[in-house]
Amino acid sequence: MKTLLICEYRQGKLLESTYELLAFAQRLNAESAMLLIGSEAAAPAFSGKVYFADAGQYGEYNPDAHKRLVLEAAQKENADYIVFLHSSYGWDLAPRVAAALKAAQVSEIVGMVDGRFEVPACNAKMRRLLKPKTAQAVLTIQAGAFNYQGEARGTPQLERLDLAVSAPRVEFLGYEEAEKKDVDLAKAEVIVSAGRGVGKQENVGIIAALAKVLGGELGATRPVVDAGWVEHTRQVGSSGQTVAPKLYVACGISGSIQHIAGMKKSDFIVAINKDKDAPIGEVADVLVVADVMQLVPALTTRLSK
Amino acid sequence: MKILVCIKHVPDMESRFRVNEAGNWYDERDLAFRLNEYDEFAVEQAVRVKEQLGGAADITILSIGPDRVIEAVKKGLAMGGDRGVHIKDDLVYQKDPWQVASVIAAFARDKNFDLVFTGMQSQDRGSAQIGAAAAELLDYACITTLVSFEISGDVVTARRELEGGMRGAVRFKLPAVVTCQLGLNTPRYPTLPNIMKAKQKELLTFPIADFLNVESLAETEKMYPPERKGRGLVLEGDVNELADKLASILKEKAPALR
Ligand SMILES: Cc1cc2nc3c(=O)[nH]c(=O)nc-3n(C[C@H](O)[C@H](O)[C@H](O)COP(=O)(O)OP(=O)(O)OC[C@H]3O[C@@H](n4cnc5c(N)ncnc54)[C@H](O)[C@@H]3O)c2cc1C
Ligand SMILES: Nc1ncnc2c1ncn2[C@@H]1O[C@H](COP(=O)(O)O)[C@@H](O)[C@H]1O
Repeated sequence: MKTLLICEYRQGKLLESTYELLAFAQRLNAESAMLLIGSEAAAPAFSGKVYFADAGQYGEYNPDAHKRLVLEAAQKENADYIVFLHSSYGWDLAPRVAAALKAAQVSEIVGMVDGRFEVPACNAKMRRLLKPKTAQAVLTIQAGAFNYQGEARGTPQLERLDLAVSAPRVEFLGYEEAEKKDVDLAKAEVIVSAGRGVGKQENVGIIAALAKVLGGELGATRPVVDAGWVEHTRQVGSSGQTVAPKLYVACGISGSIQHIAGMKKSDFIVAINKDKDAPIGEVADVLVVADVMQLVPALTTRLSK
Repeated sequence: MKILVCIKHVPDMESRFRVNEAGNWYDERDLAFRLNEYDEFAVEQAVRVKEQLGGAADITILSIGPDRVIEAVKKGLAMGGDRGVHIKDDLVYQKDPWQVASVIAAFARDKNFDLVFTGMQSQDRGSAQIGAAAAELLDYACITTLVSFEISGDVVTARRELEGGMRGAVRFKLPAVVTCQLGLNTPRYPTLPNIMKAKQKELLTFPIADFLNVESLAETEKMYPPERKGRGLVLEGDVNELADKLASILKEKAPALR
């Protein structure tokens, strides 16, 4: 079985997440080659073939050209699986590659069971096992689900791809960095976060009061931030901050994949949720099944004594 | 300006999910369904474009599924869509994203939409495939996971969300398919008069057979709840007792309390 692994590259650098693709190929026990649309200096540590296209020529973000380069490399390599990360790069490109090949696509793979691919469903409350029906398939893997064992090493053989491409339909204007942080949650020893389960903006103060008696910082999930209840600099998760405090208290938070990605390394996790099946229970050391608006004030009173 | 918005009707994620008899999807009985969260941003953006153009746009709201999906279509109409399209399929859950995308593309093919909005992903299946696959089939440009959108003439300037809060700014011309990420805008609540008005709006129904002409490429063999790792302690019961228990646990864990 042959896999073609599509490297992640941004702002002149290979992204570390690229090695998760190699970890996945290890799990599959597959022969692999990689495709890097980037710079030669950013080639991954890998002893095998790396198809290479110069981002200086094709652009870092140019979906039409990148799609053609992926198809070209897949054909040269005769790849059974074309593997992307389930990331802003992967979900932009993978469905287009799959559609062009009329190949099955399986998204956000978290594991493998009897040769089938396991993916989350229903905001991580369920799992599905999927089987591609086509000989060739496009796969995207969940960020963080596969970890590379050992240290990546080796020097790849680069094979340069050269394609004439037409003018891009989407013009890339540049990157915008995340807002500057005025609070550095990464330094906090205790974080108490508010999720949509707190109900309304006025209730955020109750969560902040608990954070205060615990000597910690207030955090929040994305919907709470999007609604303007809490500033963006306090968002925890894949599109916010990654934190690992000694104590993390999740109040009214379901535990989506993107939120858990940002806090699962915390030493001790307490979740307060009225839903006993909420996926946050999978990472929590203590899950308290209760209404946050009743439990949190009672707790704060006890702790401030 | 002709606009298509594709929406899905999905269960409330706070529901308790049970697996169906075939073991390959959730049992729909006893679930409350609503408009897919990501698609609310899609409808809202379409309506804002229409408002910006002083009403010179025509918005079609499309959903594929059993009769219950009409409720989501009606919400889209109450938010400001002009026409609803229900492509009826009681077994839509068995279709793979490729088939759903093909149905959308087959419906849109001869209609010259300038803009097609979809959500970035559905909350139940979450494949994040359908918008981009439909774009490929229609040979439209496709811009995914938008968190900002500004249109001027036939040129759109937008931002895509990347990892860790970073964004990528892009500019493109219509026609295009765009997929909407959380926070793109603030979706409006339909007002009562608009809900009443929506009842008068055109609602077309077609059988899926009119648009489906491809086989599935992937199959869901099984659905099941995730294995509980059994790491944690689960506390239930009286709130005051829970607060006592949790307080003593936290006193050990929080350095400030020691
Ligand atoms: C690309 C991408 C990036 C993302 N990045 C992030 C990110 O960085 N951070 C992030 O958080 N999300 C992120 N998200 C969004 C994520 O998928 C979820 O939508 C989000 O985390 C859900 O937030 P929540 O848990 O607050 O809300 P919900 O999922 O709505 O959960 C609310 C929870 O509160 C519980 N509840 C309700 N009422 C009460 C009550 N009275 N008492 C106790 N419990 C109650 C419910 O049982 C439920 O479990 C991202 C999504 C995408 C697609
Ligand atoms: N049954 C459906 N009818 C219409 N649009 C859909 C349907 N299923 C998914 N979509 C659209 O495709 C997007 C992505 O869904 P998915 O690929 O399932 O994650 C959704 O946000 C909707 O905009």
